[in-house]
Amino acid sequence: MSTAASALHVALVGSPNCGKTALFNRLTGGRAKVANYAGVTIERKEGRLETPGGRHVRVLDLPGAYSLDAASPDEVITRDVCAGRLAGERAPDLIVCVLDATNLRLHLRFALELAELGRPMLVALNMMDVARKRGIRIDVDVLQERLGMPIVETVAVRQGGAAALLAELDRVRLVPPMPAAGDGDVHARVRALLAAAVTMPRATAAIDDAIDAVVLHRAAGLVILAVVMFLIFQAVFSWAAPLQDAVAAGVAAAGEWVGGLLASMPLLQSLVTDGVFAGLGTVLEFLPQILVLFLFILVLEESGYLPRAAFLLDTLMFKAGLTGRAFIPLLSSFACAIPGIMATRSIADPRDRLATILVAPLMTCSARLPVYTLLIAAFIPRREVLGVFNLQGIVLFVLYLAGILSALAVAWVIKRLQRDRSEHMLVMELPSYRLPDPRSILLGLWERALIFLRRVGGILLSLTILLWFLSSFPAPPEGATLPPIDYSYAGHIGRWMTHLFAPIGFNWQICIALIPGLAAREVAVSSLATVYALSATSEEAAAMALGTTIAAQWSLATALSLLAWYVFAPQCMSTLAVIRRETNGWRYVWISAAYLFALAYLASFITYQLTLALT
Amino acid sequence: MRLTELPQGQCALVGQVQDTQPGDVVARRLRELGFVAGEPVRVVATGPFGRDPLLVQVGFTRFALRRPEAARVLLADGVVA
Repeated sequence: MSTAASALHVALVGSPNCGKTALFNRLTGGRAKVANYAGVTIERKEGRLETPGGRHVRVLDLPGAYSLDAASPDEVITRDVCAGRLAGERAPDLIVCVLDATNLRLHLRFALELAELGRPMLVALNMMDVARKRGIRIDVDVLQERLGMPIVETVAVRQGGAAALLAELDRVRLVPPMPAAGDGDVHARVRALLAAAVTMPRATAAIDDAIDAVVLHRAAGLVILAVVMFLIFQAVFSWAAPLQDAVAAGVAAAGEWVGGLLASMPLLQSLVTDGVFAGLGTVLEFLPQILVLFLFILVLEESGYLPRAAFLLDTLMFKAGLTGRAFIPLLSSFACAIPGIMATRSIADPRDRLATILVAPLMTCSARLPVYTLLIAAFIPRREVLGVFNLQGIVLFVLYLAGILSALAVAWVIKRLQRDRSEHMLVMELPSYRLPDPRSILLGLWERALIFLRRVGGILLSLTILLWFLSSFPAPPEGATLPPIDYSYAGHIGRWMTHLFAPIGFNWQICIALIPGLAAREVAVSSLATVYALSATSEEAAAMALGTTIAAQWSLATALSLLAWYVFAPQCMSTLAVIRRETNGWRYVWISAAYLFALAYLASFITYQLTLALT
Repeated sequence: MRLTELPQGQCALVGQVQDTQPGDVVARRLRELGFVAGEPVRVVATGPFGRDPLLVQVGFTRFALRRPEAARVLLADGVVA
């Protein structure tokens, strides 16, 4: 019994919040193969384990479901795998149905529904520690007899908490369950089971009621939410920055060092330092923000606060054509759209999720700030308005506001364009509060990091190398006087683009800088410096010198037009790469790139022509 | 009476869940979650904007329901425990 073919295939099934994923981590030690089910963006997690008796087991962690009568794509997968109907997926030899011992009214109904499939099955009665603490008494023998299948008690968050389940996997006989005949429908049978085997002192935990009275309070709740959001925003925006700088410096140093070894081969050296390591730096620089954001999200999700935040904000977000769950992904997109788009997985309705992904790039991310700062400092006078405000600050605020308002408008349009006009369902469980399990959180962070590096990193790295190629070839001719980029393919493309961009006031220098600027928005500043052949010793000095140069050479209309451009333009390959990954295809990459470019062009055109007319 | 009209904190028994259209997924899901005849329900809290969504206790679980969702739940007459 050691080959994969003879391994026991077990599927973990359970309703959301039953502790199934924690149990999966406990069973497999957190070593899981994470992929997507074919053709959908639903995560497939499989792990292996060996029982104390030496039996090899493959465990599949199925998406949480309330019912086999599926109401979401997640539930369709769970239904089809359990029924052995999903193409390319083996039917499980054994279904392990995970039940939250404190929530049996809801979870037993699903167990009875699963039992009707007639597949070998056992029940893991999870969170038995919490149930005992709350004085909930469960007569396991009676329950076992009535359900006609083995029941084991588990505490997924405790070391050794799955021992009974492991032992049961050794001796389990693969026979269909034989439930005692019950009267009436499934709900009547659940009531009968509860009456016979379960004593609940209270329907909910007293502590939950106490916390909810504050957290969901119409005034206090919103204040707490604002504080939590502010903390997240601060963390993603500023706490991650030193880590990002360290990563960037580390990668750059490594690049220099490796480049130094290749000094005899300048071309290879340039590929390695400006192509490979620059790309690696772009990829790795996102990691701190992703990890910081997901640390917060995982803690909030595990503790049970996240659905409460969604509860508080649902009405506002719903009016905008989104859902309460979209709030955190959008908020974090102000720091960076990459972690924001990755965080949309907590949105159940696929239409809401897609709408959130499409508008996330409109939130003003931190990479736009260097561009905004450069242009505002060079073109907007530092003038007082109404005595207290500063004109520069007002322009910056307007740029942020333009992003938010256009996101609302786009979400509204998307909702009207969607073919499936059926009601967007909320029906969201607010689970019991729980202390987050550090182990689950670390594993969750590890998984997010790996997914990002594997799926997004590859695309990003190859595109960065392509950009390096475009900006470096062909090499400038002998005796060239202009910066090398002018002679490269990027230079040619940039000059050609001028025809397209003249109506919005972009000169050829801007057009050329836009190409390397595709790698990341803030790169546009350094590429402009390159195009204007400014030699400066540091980035700050380059930005200062650049500010003076463009203030002298550009019209106000051009500057304002470029600002408007950056509110909308998808000048970030990483965002497009993550959209590809999260929507599982190129379709929405093209759609978002096209609509963002169109909006950017339109906004710049109006800004440029208006400013020309007025000045 | 509908669940949306039940005063906050008061207990009532579910009469039935109404479909608003043929094959109403929301109504079906509500029944699966325990909104079935004779089940006690209570509105625990309401959202801060326009008292929407409703937080409803059914069985041992709490669900957030938008008003149009909660309005599908008809309460049994007279029995208010």
